[in-house]
Formats: sequence, C-alpha cells, structure tokens
Amino acid sequence: MAPMLEVSNLSVSYGAIQALHGFSLKVGKGDIVTLIGGNGAGKTTALRTISGLLRPTSGAVSFDGVDITREAAHRIVARGLGQVPEGRMIFSNLTVDENLAMGAYLMRDKEAIARNRDYVFSIFSRLKERLKQTAGTLSGGEQQMLAIGRALMGEPRFLMLDEPSLGIAPRLISTIFERIIEINRDRGIAVLLVEQNANLALEISSYAYVLETGHVTMEGKSAVLRTDPQLKSAYLGG
Amino acid sequence: MPKPLIALVAAILLASGVSHFSGHIDPYYLDVVTGVGINVILAVSLNLVNGYTGQFSLGHAGFMSVGAYLSAAVTLLLGQKLFGEAGGTELQQGLLFLAALVVGGLGSAAAGLAVGIPSLRLKGDYLALVTLGFGEIIRVTFQNVESLGGALGLNGIPNYTTVFWVYSVAALAVFTVVCLVRSTYGRGFLATHDDEIASEAVGLDTTRYKIVAFVVGAFFAGVAGGLYGHFKLTITPTGFDFTKSIEIVVMVILGGMGNTPGVILAAILLTVLPEVLRSVDEYRMVLYSLLLIVLMLVRPKGLFNFDYARIFARLRGGRAPGN
Repeated sequence: MAPMLEVSNLSVSYGAIQALHGFSLKVGKGDIVTLIGGNGAGKTTALRTISGLLRPTSGAVSFDGVDITREAAHRIVARGLGQVPEGRMIFSNLTVDENLAMGAYLMRDKEAIARNRDYVFSIFSRLKERLKQTAGTLSGGEQQMLAIGRALMGEPRFLMLDEPSLGIAPRLISTIFERIIEINRDRGIAVLLVEQNANLALEISSYAYVLETGHVTMEGKSAVLRTDPQLKSAYLGG
Repeated sequence: MPKPLIALVAAILLASGVSHFSGHIDPYYLDVVTGVGINVILAVSLNLVNGYTGQFSLGHAGFMSVGAYLSAAVTLLLGQKLFGEAGGTELQQGLLFLAALVVGGLGSAAAGLAVGIPSLRLKGDYLALVTLGFGEIIRVTFQNVESLGGALGLNGIPNYTTVFWVYSVAALAVFTVVCLVRSTYGRGFLATHDDEIASEAVGLDTTRYKIVAFVVGAFFAGVAGGLYGHFKLTITPTGFDFTKSIEIVVMVILGGMGNTPGVILAAILLTVLPEVLRSVDEYRMVLYSLLLIVLMLVRPKGLFNFDYARIFARLRGGRAPGN
C-alpha cells in the first residue's frame, strides 16, 4: 500500500545555508512516526516544508498520492493534513472558545463542529473549564492542549506535531503524549511527531528517523532504535 | 433589526438632522466638525489594516488622493454637462455627489487591490516602505499630469460636502469595520494579526485577509478623499503627502491599535487639539508634538484602552478580576 505521506529527496536552503540535504520520509495510514534530532538538525525545517510554509529547492512531498510540494499552506490543511506548530502558536488574544472555532475555520457542517468540540473536551477536559479565558493566559501545557485541540477541530486525517513537549511541566508532558496515542487509536489519525525528547518519542512511535545537520543518519523501528548503543549515548542519556 | 444596524440608521438620521440646522451653526465650528468627521473615517478605516489585521500601511493619504481626484473629476466633468450653468436641483446634486463618492471609493479600492496583491506577502517594515512608496508615486503622478492641474491641483470643486454626508459615511465606516471584525469570517483578521503561522496552520488564507482589509480600508480612504475635496473645494497633490499618512497612523496608534472607540476618540482629539492650540500661535506644533510624546509615554497601549472588566468590577465595589 502506498504511504499516506511521502517525502522524497527534499532539500531546503535558507539563502546560502542548506538546512536539509535530500531528506526522505514515509508515514503510513494510522502510523505514529517520529523525527528526532538535536537543535538545528532541521526537524522544524522539514515540518514547515511539508506543511507549505517553506519552499524546497528540490525534492517532492506527496499526500494521499497527490503532489503537494508547492501548494499554499492553507490548502494543504484543507486536504486533511493538520498542523500543531512549534512553540504553541495559539491566538493569544482570542479566547479558548474562539481558538477552537478558528480551528474549524474550513468546516461548514455545524453538527460536525459540535461533535469535534465534544471530542476535544473529552480528551482535554481542562479546556472546557477555561472556555472563556483569553488563550494567552493559559499555562504552557494548557496552551499545547489548545493547539492540539484546535488542530483536531478541523478533522484532520493526519497530524503533524512540532515539539509538543517544549517548555512544558514534566507531569503534563506525559499527559499530552498519552493523548496523542489516544487520538491516533480512537480516530485513526496518522501522526508525524517531531521531538527533541527522543525517549518519549521512541516510546509512542512505531518508526523513527534521526536527523543530524540536515541528513537522515539513522532510521528504523522505534523499538529497535531504542536499544541502539550509538543512539543511546547521543540522545537517550546513556 | 440587529443592534449595529439600528445604531447606523440612528447615526445617519442624527447627521441629517444636524445638517438641516447647519445654517445656524458658526461656520468655523462647522468646519472643525466636518474635518473631525473626515479624520474619523480615515482613522477607522486605517485601523482595520494597521490595528486589527496588524499590517503597517503608510499609504492611506495616497488612497485618499485617488478618491479625491476621481470624485472631483466626476462632479466637475459630469456636473457641467448634466446641469449646465443652472447647477441642477438639490436632489440631482446629491445623487451626482453620491455617484462621485462611490466612484472615488471604488477607484481607490482598485488601487488598493493593485498595490495589495504583490506587496501583502511582505511583512512589517517592508510593507510600510512599499505603501510609503506607493503614496509618493501617486502624489508625484498627480503633480505632473497637466490635465489634473499639475502642482496647482483641481479648483472650483462644487461645495457638496455637508455634515450629513460626512457623518453618514463615518457611521457606515464604523459599522462596516465593527461588523467585519465581529463576524465569524472577520475573526480571521484578528487571527492574522495574532499569529500568521498559526492562522495558516488552521487553513486560513492570510494573504486574502490582508488584501480584503487593505481594499476595504482603501475604499473608505477614497470616499474620505472625495468628501475632503468637496469640502475644501480645491485639492493639491501636496495635501496628500506622507505627513498626512503619518497623521492618520498617529490617530490609530494613539487610539489603541484595533480599538475602534479609542481610534474615533483619538481622531477627534487630534483634529480639535491643533485648533484649541491656535491661541499659542508659533508654539502650536511644538506643543502638539510634546503632547503626543507625553501621551504615548503615559498610555503606550493607546489613550483609550481601558480594562473595562476591571472598571466595572470597581464600580460595583467588588474586587477586580485577576487579582
């Protein structure tokens, strides 16, 4: 079966600096795949290029067999490829309620919107308590929940998460990761997870890619990579 | 009828009432009141672009001049042809003026679209520079086209602008902007302002929102230009240079970006202030500038940006929320 998302030989440059060198990746339907690597490895660059926020110098991205390499970001979202950008980019001046409403921006079916809201509340009950609160006043973890909830409002078939653990209280990190597994299991949403926290990422994913200075240096089943001695010393703390 | 619509109709009726008695009002005050109204239109429409959508435009005077020249051309050329020397009835003049204002507004909106499509992909300072450049190009063009009067500008524009026209358009501008940003569609303007990447991530076409804001803003700037021309009766290119654009930007900043009531009050204040300061003669502009600096230092988030929730709580004698 053809993969849901296929990235082949992607190269991206910022001016004279090349951030990605021939990057390739596959995510199958219903999979959780992770992309790990240190700071400046090109993880965010890869995600942004897939989501249409950056233009590659060469290579291709296809989603459901359709080439989306040069499509505008909002059109890619409309295809069912939801995004949770890095640093919890929520609309801080809007309320939690309005943020969720913005997530359903492309949806016309009121019943489906209400259903999605209920689903978001069922996994992040905290958001329901904070409905009328301005999003900028939420805690880091709550903002991340809101960012994920907002993406779910658009009923994506595929979800890309950029460092959901960044700057969040450790207790909330595990909650958020559990929810990601739940979303994947309940709704069959495929997930591409970009993470610095390699331990956690390898735990919840089935396949992983390791990115170093713009090159994929290692890839394989997450369970196998977790025991890899080289990876262990570099990312997993011994 | 929804509330904003009632307010709009009420404002237009009030404007027409005041206009009816304008003969009894001191012409000097009438002048100031008209000037205030025009500036309110300019500031409120620029607020949609600079305040709500977060795009920094420095070309509002340019759009205003497009509207001013176009509508003046309509009344000057068509007025002569349609009414001859007699000048036509009041109703005929009113209709002609309405047509002229619409033409001015649409022409200006078209200019907004032409400038907006290529340049709204730019951000922040770059957009400010492009719009500044546009304003100057327009000004220089008007200055050098002989058929538009060149540096002398257009003269003998009929005196059509009344309190009714100015305040009806002002009410319409406020109505449009408020309804636009409060609608479900309009939340996109605020979202674009808040975070462009997040907006794209939920599937919002931010460039289109920016262009809509720009075009609507340009439309009202053009209509304001038409009102200005038929109020001053003569327009020259230098009246629309970039200091005029800055003046409008200052109103928006002082009123509080994205705060329509604040921007209206700031437009009133900044139009009336130079008049009040006439008594100090040569120190007028010095004092005006000083006041601006002080106001910005004391109320950086805008002169009229209050935390209403807190004020209400205090009025009720309760504790302010949040502490």
